[in-house]
Amino acid sequence: MAKITFVTQANETITVEGNSGNVMELAVQNKIKGIDGNCGGVCSCATCHVHVEPEHWNKTGAPSAMESDMLEFDEKVSDHSRLSCQMKVTEELDGVVLKVAN
Amino acid sequence: MAKCTFSDPFEKARKEVGIGEMDDQNDPVKMVLGHKDVRRCAHNHKTFQSGAEPGRIVVPSEVNIRDIRQIPFEVDPPQHGSYRAVVEDWFKRPLEEEYTAQLEKQIGVLIDEALTKDSVEVINEFSLVLQSRALTLLFNVPFSESETWISWGTHVFRSEETALDAGKAQVLYDYIDKKLEESKQNPGDDFYSKLLAAEVDGKKLTDEEIKGVVVLTFSGGRDTVINAVTNSLAYFAENPASLERIKNEPEILNFAIEELVRYFSPLTHMGRVATEDTQVCEHAIQADTRISLNWASANRDATVFEKANEVVIDRKINPHVAFGFGTHNCLGATHARQILKVLIKTLIKKVDSIEILEADENIETLGEFKRKVGFNSIQMKFN
Ligand code: HEM
Ligand code: FES
Repeated sequence: MAKITFVTQANETITVEGNSGNVMELAVQNKIKGIDGNCGGVCSCATCHVHVEPEHWNKTGAPSAMESDMLEFDEKVSDHSRLSCQMKVTEELDGVVLKVAN
Repeated sequence: MAKCTFSDPFEKARKEVGIGEMDDQNDPVKMVLGHKDVRRCAHNHKTFQSGAEPGRIVVPSEVNIRDIRQIPFEVDPPQHGSYRAVVEDWFKRPLEEEYTAQLEKQIGVLIDEALTKDSVEVINEFSLVLQSRALTLLFNVPFSESETWISWGTHVFRSEETALDAGKAQVLYDYIDKKLEESKQNPGDDFYSKLLAAEVDGKKLTDEEIKGVVVLTFSGGRDTVINAVTNSLAYFAENPASLERIKNEPEILNFAIEELVRYFSPLTHMGRVATEDTQVCEHAIQADTRISLNWASANRDATVFEKANEVVIDRKINPHVAFGFGTHNCLGATHARQILKVLIKTLIKKVDSIEILEADENIETLGEFKRKVGFNSIQMKFN
């Protein structure tokens, strides 16, 4: 089980638990505002963009080359941007805080 | 060559030059071809604007046949965001259960009907009908409206035969005027009423702005959906094993949809107007000239996609730009994806095989490039 906390643009804090799938799917199941997952997780739409709390960057790791390419021209990109559909829900993520970018 | 093979005419130019040139009514277009360049230019709305003279970013240009600005399509940030905020939630309705249920019913009826016929001309008898009926759900208007929309045929919004089409477009504008008037008299839960009630930055939308939104909703989702549906049927006709695979592994359905949309890229490209002298991969672009973002070419870029010219039905990482990229990404994508999802599920449930009997390909000419985008007509038999 991993506990994952989302902070939305409206500053709502929601903590959810999961043990399978990817973080985008978990967010969509829990109706986290700002994570739409339009492309279903193939790295095409960037509607699953999150900013990882800098001190948690080691939990998530950096994006793959393809993922960071797609983020490069996103309006909201930061040094700690990830596409949450490219993050697997695993024990390593336990306790991570993700700010929803949109 | 198989009917469902769509080759990539841009490969050589993309690799060697990075851009492709074409003329269009004396307002030439430099097509940006590489995946990264397309994304970079789409992102850079200050230098490559959408908010030019209405109709100019469309290729072929529509400046001679319309004055109405299409919204939010022909507006740049920051105003773009204000308009988009008004309609964003409306375009997410396809995710609602009731919407999907209606779509299942509509597509089920169409397939049942196709199964009874010896031959179906898919463009006019299937895809146009499906697209028009499904659009009544997006507009939230009575199903019977689709009869009018179907009667307009597939060519209403095109500008190939300029004079003629200007007249045809008037049919659409007159229709919209009438519908807006009806909704003013009798507000309801339809898209027109929603727009009439909407406020942008504290101000009501003008009639002109509302028309700009509605026209775009009609035209943006017409040829694109018709081609996506028709080409997908052609693909499954010739690749029954893929349908079988999706049946056995329903978890790949989503990958399949994104891959078909990438491969067919129903919208080839969309223009922008340069606001200053600039360059794209070392080619000079002069202020007040046009570039286009060639989604179809970007989607075959071998530096991004392995086996770019093949349909890999379970492609898991698929950063395609068939629905655009960034600011103006397709508002109708949720609706379009839902249509394809229901279509594929219905095929799995009801259809054993599809045969292509006869096909007339629709080839776009873009300067020296010829791109197959779909079919003018295609006869199929559903079994
Ligand atoms: C498979 C079907 C479709 C494809 C491939 C497609 C493709 C695209 C692309 C590439 C863009 C970006 C244009 C640009 O950057 O200038 C776009 C924008 C848009 N599309 Fe679609 N489209 C499809 C279906 C639809 C449908 C069904 C609708 C509505 C009923 C629609 C409405 C729009 C609108 C309103 C925009 C403009 C969004 C904005 O400017 O913010 N599209 N579409
Ligand atoms: S869900 Fe589309 S990129 Fe993550």
